[in-house]
Parts: sequence; C-alpha cells; structure tokens
Amino acid sequence: MLGAMLREAWRAMGANRLRTFLTMLGMVIGVGAVVLMMAIGQGAQYSVAQTISSMGSNIFVILSGYTSTGGVRSGGGSAPTLNVSDAEAIAELDGVDTVAPVHWGSVQMVRGPNNWNAWVHGTAPAYFDARSWPIAEGSAFTDSDLRAATRVAVLGRTVAQNLFGDEDPVGKTFRIGQAPFTVLGILAPKGQNLEGRDQDDLVVMPLTTAQRRVFGTAFQGSVRQILVKASAPEVMPALEKNMEALLRQRHRLREGADNDFTLRNLTAVAESAAATTRVMSLLLGAIASVSLLVGGIGIMNIMLVSVTERTREIGIRMAIGARERDILAQFLLEAIIISVIGCAIGLALGVGGAALANTLAKMTVVVSGSSVLIAFAVAAGVGVFFGFYPAKKAAGLDPIEALRYQ
Amino acid sequence: MPEPVIRVESLAKDYDTPAGPFPALKDVSLEVAPGEFVAIMGPSGSGKSTFMNILGCLDRPSRGRYLLAGRDVATLDKDETAALRNRTIGFVFQGFNLLPRMSLADNVALPLVYSAIGHEERLARAGAMLEKVGLGGYAGSLPSRISGGQQQRVAIARALVNDPRLILADEPTGNLDSHTSEEIMGVFRALNDEGITVVLITHENDIALHARRLVRFLDGRIVEDRPTRQFLPSAASHRHPLPREGGRGEGTPC
Repeated sequence: MLGAMLREAWRAMGANRLRTFLTMLGMVIGVGAVVLMMAIGQGAQYSVAQTISSMGSNIFVILSGYTSTGGVRSGGGSAPTLNVSDAEAIAELDGVDTVAPVHWGSVQMVRGPNNWNAWVHGTAPAYFDARSWPIAEGSAFTDSDLRAATRVAVLGRTVAQNLFGDEDPVGKTFRIGQAPFTVLGILAPKGQNLEGRDQDDLVVMPLTTAQRRVFGTAFQGSVRQILVKASAPEVMPALEKNMEALLRQRHRLREGADNDFTLRNLTAVAESAAATTRVMSLLLGAIASVSLLVGGIGIMNIMLVSVTERTREIGIRMAIGARERDILAQFLLEAIIISVIGCAIGLALGVGGAALANTLAKMTVVVSGSSVLIAFAVAAGVGVFFGFYPAKKAAGLDPIEALRYQ
Repeated sequence: MPEPVIRVESLAKDYDTPAGPFPALKDVSLEVAPGEFVAIMGPSGSGKSTFMNILGCLDRPSRGRYLLAGRDVATLDKDETAALRNRTIGFVFQGFNLLPRMSLADNVALPLVYSAIGHEERLARAGAMLEKVGLGGYAGSLPSRISGGQQQRVAIARALVNDPRLILADEPTGNLDSHTSEEIMGVFRALNDEGITVVLITHENDIALHARRLVRFLDGRIVEDRPTRQFLPSAASHRHPLPREGGRGEGTPC
C-alpha cells in the first residue's frame, strides 16, 4: 500500500517537474537559511563560550583604587589600596576556592639576539588555578619560589615564540635588565579575550620576585588586582557582599564613603555577552524561519492547484473504492515528500554555505546535530501542516461531482 | 430463488434546488437477480443517472431502501461503502476514466491497491485481466497510446479485477463508434455468460437490445420492465466467450 502510494506520489511529482522543483525550491531556501543562520548563531555563541571559559569560571576581579593628584585621576589599579594581606583575609571567607593577588607591569626582556616587551604578572601559584590555565610544558612555580623570590617565570605562548623562536624554552634563561630568569614552563595557549587582546602575550612569575627584582615596587606587598575564584556559581552573590564588607572594614572606610577598590563579577559580564549572542542567534533563526514558512505556504498553494487539477482522478479513485483516508494520505504524502526532499537539499546547501562562510569569511560556524534534526522535523511538520488542508479538501470531494469535473 | 444482487424498495431521491426540492426519483422498486443483464433506458432527466449513482453507492437515497447483495446500504458508513465499491461493484464509465499517467497494468491494478493486495499479486491479476480483454501485450502502454475501444476494454478489465458481483456501466459505448460499440457489448455479453450480473445505462436502442432485460425510466419512475426480444435460449450457443480485439462480428449475434 505504502509502496504503491510512494510510486503514485513520485508519478504525480514527475508529471510537472518544473512546478515540483519550484515548490521544492521554497523549502530548499527556507531550510538552507535556517541551517546556515543557526550555524552562524551557534558559532558566535561557541566563540563567546570559548572566551568565557578562557577567563576561568566563577571569577571575581578586585581592582585597587585610583590615585588622584591635583584633580588628575589615574585609572583603576593605580593606587596601592590592595595588598597581599587583603587577599589572605579574603581567602578565609566562606565559598572561596582560591585567591591570587596580582601585580603587573610592562617590561622589556631579552634572550640572545631577541628582545620583546610584554606584561609581567607577579602573583601566587593559585593564579593558574583561578584562571583555569594549565601549564602545557614544564611546570609552574611553587609557594617556596614565592617565599624565596626566586628568579623563575612561566611564559605565555606568544612571549615564548618571540624570545626563543623554535628553541624549547623550558630550563633556559632570559634577562630582564641584567637579571637572568629561568623558564619553568609554558602556558597552554588561550587566544584572545572578549576585547580581542592576546592573552598569551605575558610572563607569570612569583609576586615577590616581580616586586623586588623587576618592578622595584615602593609599597612591597601592595597589588593592583586580586583574583578570587568562588567554589560554586551559587555562592557568588553572597560572597560578593561579604568581600565588599570585609574590604571596607579592613580599609577603614566610613559609612557613605566610596569604595577604594572595584569589585567585578567577571562571570556576570561574560554571561551578558553570552546572552547578547544568544539573542542574536535567536533573531537570525527567527528571520530564517519566516522563509521556511513562506516555503510551506508555497507547498500549500501548489497542492491546492494539484487537487483542483486532479479532481476527476480523485473521483475515479473514489468510485473504484478509495476511502477518504486513502485520498488524504496520498496528497499528504506528496506534500511531505516534497518538503522532505527540499529539506535534504536545503540542509546540504546550508551546511555547504556554513563551510564556505568558515573558509572565506573566517567565521566560526557550528552545525550541530540538533539543528539538523530540528530542520528535518520542521520540514516534515511543514509538509504535514501545509499539506493537510489541500489533502482534506481532496478527501472531502463528492465523488459524483468529481467524476463530472472536466 | 437466490438472493437478489440488487433490491430496491420504494426508492426516492430529491435534489435541493433554489426553487425547492426537485424529485429526481419517485418510488422506484426493482430487483435484479444474480446473472441478469439489465439495460436501463430513458431520456435525459428521467432519473436513470441518479438511480445509477445510488446503485453504485456514490449517492444515498432520500427515502426507501437499497439492499446490495443483501446489505442495507443506508446502514453502512463511508469506509464500508468504499469497500463495497471496491469489491462488490465494478464501474465502467462513458469516458473510460483511465488515469492518464499510469500504465494500463497499473490502471487495471488500481482497485487492488485499495484492497491492500501486494504489488506482485496486483500485477499478476492485472496482467491476467488485460489478457482476458484481449490486450495482453499492452500492459506497459499509457492510455493515450491506444484507441477508445481499447481504453474501454482496459476500463472493463479494471472493473473486473477485484472479482465483483455486479458490473455497473454508465453509457459505456457513448464515446465509441457503432462498430466498436458492438465489440464492447460483445465483451459484456461474454462476461454475463460467465455469470456476472451486468446493469448498464444507455439511450441507444441497439445497445439496449444486447441485454436480456430492459427497464425504462421516465420522470423518475419505472414505466417499462420486460425481457428483450433478443433474449432467446438458443442464442447462447452462438456466443463466443470473449471476442478479441479486431475480431469483428465474430459470432456475436445482435
């Protein structure tokens, strides 16, 4: 029965190839647009997610306050309002996983004939954990390096390449000023951050080493930033309040006075970026869906024409024993076949277009199995939905009238 | 006496028109026994087509009863009447009504699709039926490639393929020339000789005389019901089982 009906549908579609093709084209364009737009939208979401995970998860950043000299205010982190003991106090709070105080500066460094300028982050070993940043080669420095202020460093990939070229830097030395530093390890590459800055262009060393032997900081122990990693996303709001209260108390700020630090929930910032791309990809999908809808209406239109054209055939079939549901199934099947074939072609074009966008426009695209599945389900649904009315109309014809139809 | 194939009691059919109900059939009663060959005649507007539609379960009477092979059609739902049209009745139309895009074999096999019979068996039975009406070599052809008379033979094969108890033919020779008409009527007579009940509508006397019984309609009533004079017991011995295509006039007495 189904075999006969499939042959039937195939014959009917073959009877007017151009018309069938044009009807299908509506579905092809609709599905292709949906798949392509979803691929681009999900690609954008994917790259944002990548960036967010490169920042580390559940991260707070506390920046020290700004200096104000004669009304000229410097940026955040310029005043020595935070120090290592603040970090140690925060580490005692509930819900804190790790804490890493960070002091940084831009430094010129030399290795043989190469020299390079990069940011030096002086911090504690917890830094790597807080930023979820694994060491790719070699090892990180330890708490004893921090206590002893040994001249060791971990290089970002960009710095390693610029100083050492093809050499393996682990165990080798480079100079900052006249002081030699031993490379303990190389960080795994992280890529760009949300602002597009290369995160791999840095050198990480113990805070004590950096302050004593590189920057020569005036207030030893003061830091520009404290990285705090919370143990879970749920504790973050409470922890944020507790940290603020603690720091205000430690800094002896009076009621009503402004904070002399800035506390940022990086995860919240990242989430808003993610939400933006999510809305964007939803919007893209919604616009593309309109073309799918138009394709569906095209199918309905053609099926209605087809029912009218084949009125006599329907009458004959009814006279020789077709039940209403046989006629219904026949026309429904035709609509579904058109939309599913159109969907398959559209899928191929959409995936191809996504691949093209990836190679030509260097766009991040993600074609997920679920989007393919959704496209197929929607296409079959469109076939049923827009095929149903014409099929119902065909099945409801009066056989006598239909037989008389010229 | 065997159960009649058709039993109509006080049948009436009204059509709704803007000017009020129009009675197309008024109090028609008729019985057709198995193996009969009945010609229904009457001028246009006499109600014979309405009667045919009701006999074919395409239309329902306004009043009265219609029993087809002992079953009261009024009690059946749409699917059951579709099954009756599929298995109990074979239709032959004036305009042949073959589906133009299908091969002759597929056309003949079409009723079997609706009785859920498998592909292989469908083609085998369709082939056998085409053979029977003398078109065995044309199974793969399209209807447009053969003559009107041949098309009507294919339509008859289609009507026969599901082994019906009753063949209903509505002006089956209306689109054919007189010679081809004779051939087609020969086919009906041969079928009737095999025991198949045939009811046909015609407005041509020559055609009606092939039948054994003639029923005449006028203004929605039966005004005449008698055996035709050609129905002679001796005539049966002359009949050829089934005249082949082109075998003109071969022992088909008129």
